[in-house]
Amino acid sequence: MSDTGSSANNQHPRLELKGITKAYPGVLANDRIDLKILPGEIHALLGENGAGKSTLVKIIYGVLKADAGTIRWNGDLIDIATPHAARKLGIGMIFQHFSLFEAMTVTENIALSMPGRQNMADLSKRIVEISENYGLPLQPDRRVHTLSVGEKQRIEIVRCLLQDPKLLIMDEPTSVLTPQEADKLFLTLRRLSEEGVSILYISHKLDEIRSLCHKATIMRGGKYISECDPTVETAKSLAEMMIGADLKAPKHDEARERGPVRLKIHNMNLDSTDQFGVDLNLINFEVRSGEILGIAGVAGNGQVELLEALSGEALCNNPAEILLENEPIGNLGPAQRRKRGLAFVPEDRLGHGSVPEMSLVENAFLSAYGQKKLIKNGFIDTKKTRQYAKEIVEAFDVRTAGVSHAAESLSGGNLQKFIVGREMLQDPQLIIIAHPTWGVDAGAAAAIHQAIIDLAAKGAAVLVVSQDLDELFAISNRMAVIAEGRLSVSRNVQELSIEEIGLLMGGTSGSDSKKEFESVA
Amino acid sequence: MLLKIEKRPEASQLMVYATPILALILTIITGTVLFQLLGVDPVEGLRNFFIKPIDNTYGATELFVKATPLILCAIGLSVGFRANVWNIGAEGQLTLGAIFGGGVFVYFHDVDSVFLLPLMVVMGAIGGALWAAIPAFLKTRFNANEILTSLMLVYVALLILSLLVHGSWRDPDGFNFPESRLFSESATMPILLEGTRLHFGTIIALFAVLGTWIMLSKTLIGFQIKVIGAAPKAGGYAGFSQKKIVWFSLLFGGAMAGIAGVSEVSGPVGQLLPSISPGYGFTAIIVAFLGRLHPVGIVFAGLLMALTYLGGETAQINLGLPVAVTGVFQGMILFFLLACDVLVNFRFRFTLFGKAAS
Repeated sequence: MSDTGSSANNQHPRLELKGITKAYPGVLANDRIDLKILPGEIHALLGENGAGKSTLVKIIYGVLKADAGTIRWNGDLIDIATPHAARKLGIGMIFQHFSLFEAMTVTENIALSMPGRQNMADLSKRIVEISENYGLPLQPDRRVHTLSVGEKQRIEIVRCLLQDPKLLIMDEPTSVLTPQEADKLFLTLRRLSEEGVSILYISHKLDEIRSLCHKATIMRGGKYISECDPTVETAKSLAEMMIGADLKAPKHDEARERGPVRLKIHNMNLDSTDQFGVDLNLINFEVRSGEILGIAGVAGNGQVELLEALSGEALCNNPAEILLENEPIGNLGPAQRRKRGLAFVPEDRLGHGSVPEMSLVENAFLSAYGQKKLIKNGFIDTKKTRQYAKEIVEAFDVRTAGVSHAAESLSGGNLQKFIVGREMLQDPQLIIIAHPTWGVDAGAAAAIHQAIIDLAAKGAAVLVVSQDLDELFAISNRMAVIAEGRLSVSRNVQELSIEEIGLLMGGTSGSDSKKEFESVA
Repeated sequence: MLLKIEKRPEASQLMVYATPILALILTIITGTVLFQLLGVDPVEGLRNFFIKPIDNTYGATELFVKATPLILCAIGLSVGFRANVWNIGAEGQLTLGAIFGGGVFVYFHDVDSVFLLPLMVVMGAIGGALWAAIPAFLKTRFNANEILTSLMLVYVALLILSLLVHGSWRDPDGFNFPESRLFSESATMPILLEGTRLHFGTIIALFAVLGTWIMLSKTLIGFQIKVIGAAPKAGGYAGFSQKKIVWFSLLFGGAMAGIAGVSEVSGPVGQLLPSISPGYGFTAIIVAFLGRLHPVGIVFAGLLMALTYLGGETAQINLGLPVAVTGVFQGMILFFLLACDVLVNFRFRFTLFGKAAS
């Protein structure tokens, strides 16, 4: 693991990207991205979800091929065709989700990823050597399923280090770690950096980046925004660059009367069932009749868990943690909550909000059969269900050749309109909408926003969870931010600035935002 | 060059229904080669296998006799398969159905009542359902794989039957043969056509088909089964309980297989023997898939599979071929069906190494 960069090499950046462009159908994921990483530099790649970070990393690691642009490695123009080629150059990557065989030992797992046959005894010795050298304690004979998440990550790191990397790519490594484990990881990374290994560190956690990284490249909406020195920037200025200060000021019809509290969440705690999930920690908020509450946050900060708890797909430990019209519903399943006037639009249209291969008629039945009384004498009332599907299609301008067509045959925007319509036409008291316009064309997005505002105007309480700040500023009356399973206090949108939201989204600690999270509890 | 298998954007609906026929044609072609290799004239072989068994009234009714347990088991299994519940143990549930149903006669052999047979059928359904309740419990409580548990229970069921007919249920006048008493008139399925073995069980099977069809297309529980099978998350979103569906589909499949077991012992078999089924419960898995998990498809698939049993027997008698021929033909049909399915849903593409299309 010695610094192999000769003095001649050191004049060149280890990796230099120029004008990297990658388009997917309908979206430019990377638009002329530049990136320069020096030997021994810890370089942050900072951006919101959907900023194009993972596309860029996949191009560097040879998983994807760029449409345009050049890659230079130690000054030489190269073409990274496959991950194998990337590894040969000395690029190692540690993914957020590990690829380990749970039933095998640490050594066996590492041997599997090494080229050729391995002498297991030698390999064990080398694993111990490296792990001691870099402060990554690992017992080579332990089976993976007995290890903690932090230890599993160490296997991945040691696996990379064994191949003597020159550049290590880490995709949000601390998202699965406890703060203590994260501190240990930082020590290791600093050590590697001193030895000349470059590290590309992907994250949206501003504090981490400021304390760890030498340089930061900021991306937004697929574009290169700037390169800066995070140690001299403030969390505020980084957040501004990450989110963009060019958001339009929201226009709001504040004359609207707000009614009584419809939904009240009181000290909700919930452990995630997913090992990569986020536990909910003392969530408190309420939604009043006639208002739209927006919850912002970077994906993977507890939104999935919060939505499951609200829809009833996950049940609360204490029923009184969720009060709908002052009645505890935390122990009721989705069907019973619907009966009490709750409607829900999930994030994933295909496979969660709808059954892809079923017709629109059947998908109309899916969540509306109780509210719309679509069962007669124990049998499905096909005629009435078909009528309801047609009603949705007409009222929400869903473009489809007919209601007998499968949900998966619709475009994203049209299917979303159908699902939103199906929920709204059940006259809900409270509607919870996750990412209402994610991947939806502008026309459909505008129609959905209008429908949400109209429904609130009629007196329903609306909760919108979204990553799209433009959207939230445009439609919500109040906003709160979820970060690491905790929800900030909600504030009127007029009183909020972009920086505040950005700081909250970055989960910065030790600043005002910490108080903001704690003041709720 | 690299071979890549990628999913077709949309499978042709025509092909989805045409593949069972295509699979049959491929089986016949391969069968021709097989007969050739065995030194049998292929035309004669195929005639003996597919036509001769059913060119007379008795043969034709035998087709329904064999198809009855297959259709009953398959219709039960298809409900589970639709919900992604992989009950492989219909053979065991059939056996338990026969034990529970036959047990009623063993204990009431001197009772002559019109209620005896209905009671046997009900008890058979309960027996099959109870046997299927074990994998259902293990699945919902411990997340144990139902494929393994249901399959292993088949062998337990066969041993229980063997224990009973060798032991306490042995016919006292049976010269120590491992058999129960011969079932009396009132414990036997009524014959539908004089001079044949066509019995009332076939009617029960047809009602089961009709009932399942209505259940799947017209009721909430049927809708739930389809949703949970196709998109479990959407099922959770709608408030359908996955556990409930696991229980329902296993109990339903077990009950159907149990009825098949009673209809066999109180129909063509006529008593409890150590072996009461030539693997109907396993063949039913093929029947369910060959019939595209659709009730009507299952009727046709059941008849076809029944024909392979009859054809195998004819081929044994007339051509001196081994009994394994039946299994080979059944296996070929399933193999070709699955292979065709892969090609309907996926396509092969050759790509140059390292230039994989993104």
